[in-house]
Amino acid sequence: MQDRPNVDELLEAVAGFLHDDVLPNTTGRLSFHARVAGNVLQMLRRELATEEEHLQREWTGLDALLGRADRPQSLAQARAQLTERNQALAGLIRAGGADGAPFREALFAHLRAVMRDKLGVSNPGLLAEG
Amino acid sequence: MDATTVREGLTLFVADKAGADEVQIENLARLSGGASRETWSFDARISRGGTVETIEAIFRCDPIPGQPTMPGRELEYHLIKAAWDNGVVVPEPLWDGDDRFGVKFFTMRRVPGETLGGRLVRGEQYTAARELVPQQLAQSLARIHHVAAAGHPELARLPGPEPGKSPALAELDHYEQAYRQAAPNPHPIFELAFRWCHQNLPDVPQSVLVHGDYRLGNFIFGEEGLRGVIDWELAHWGDPMEDIGWLAVRSWRFGGKQPMAGVGDREAFFRAYEAAGGLPVDRERIRFWELYGNLRWGVITITQAVTYLSGRSKSVELASIGRRTAETEWELLNLLEGKGD
Repeated sequence: MQDRPNVDELLEAVAGFLHDDVLPNTTGRLSFHARVAGNVLQMLRRELATEEEHLQREWTGLDALLGRADRPQSLAQARAQLTERNQALAGLIRAGGADGAPFREALFAHLRAVMRDKLGVSNPGLLAEG
Repeated sequence: MDATTVREGLTLFVADKAGADEVQIENLARLSGGASRETWSFDARISRGGTVETIEAIFRCDPIPGQPTMPGRELEYHLIKAAWDNGVVVPEPLWDGDDRFGVKFFTMRRVPGETLGGRLVRGEQYTAARELVPQQLAQSLARIHHVAAAGHPELARLPGPEPGKSPALAELDHYEQAYRQAAPNPHPIFELAFRWCHQNLPDVPQSVLVHGDYRLGNFIFGEEGLRGVIDWELAHWGDPMEDIGWLAVRSWRFGGKQPMAGVGDREAFFRAYEAAGGLPVDRERIRFWELYGNLRWGVITITQAVTYLSGRSKSVELASIGRRTAETEWELLNLLEGKGD
């Protein structure tokens, strides 16, 4: 285990440097990209703070749609298997398996919960709009 | 092209076209980059029979000789000319290019103003413009849709729907293929949207000239409102409702509360469009094109992120666009559930 500052604290330091030091002292393209880079770091802080909880919610939601599966312990394995499970879900939708009423409603509720989590990381302002 | 090539070529070209004794090209500046198109700004001082006139203009050209181009790009001058002749608010076309640069080019009069969507939506100096722009957009769109093929034979080369097929089908197939080839992750919401689009393909009673990219970002505006509709390279023959649906796509609202370009009410826009002589508004077809438009933009965000992932670009901007795909999925969920605004 590394010493403090932890990952979040270091990301905050770099984001602060981009926003407070680089932005005001640059113009045009460079300034724009400094803003984008700073926003990316803030997004990563939100992602790191919520990833465990969000992956668990997505996993449980897919359990209800695709059938229960044991979640691997490590985050990396969970991510890889989530991709596979979403691939299965995509294939099922493409084949018409999500056209019927009860499944479709459950599917939309799941997708809404997942998208809410994803946007809470990538663009919280959009969710705040309603 | 480099500035010297452009300056030397333009000096002779403008002299030819204007019948001038002498031409001086001043204030030549490259406006935008990008692999698809070069845009240059210049002033031409034209001396003719003892008088001097200065024309403020734009030079648009393809960047690379011999590259396959598309009809809308080759015909951009003719499109702007047809729009101008029909009373659309566009920059005045000056002269279509010839062979001297080895790439397709044309010139038009320069229209000063703002194009950034967020400025129209939020800028304090654009309070009056926000009131006027929706109606002006509706009026220009109605006039675009009335450009007659008969009056502009060149435009017959623009792509159009295959006989007996929905005008949406070819495009839908194109973006679905791009998605299936490029997407690094599965997107269940895009699957729902592709399926919905295939099940709701619109038939179109009458094929008209469609701008193809009619949205905030492609409009020059000032404090008094719309000054010019630009970027005609995606123009084609098709469903007039396509332009209306695309104008309502969430990403082109730039955070604005209103659906039409972020600043216009939906029904008021429809009324203004019909009052200006537009085709009969079909809300179902508009819904199709709006949903399809969000899907199309969603697929484009993936292909842009893939330019980064494949190593073709190192841009942090392109990389981060991959995280904007979720916004289009959120909007698609709303539209699929009939919860759009």
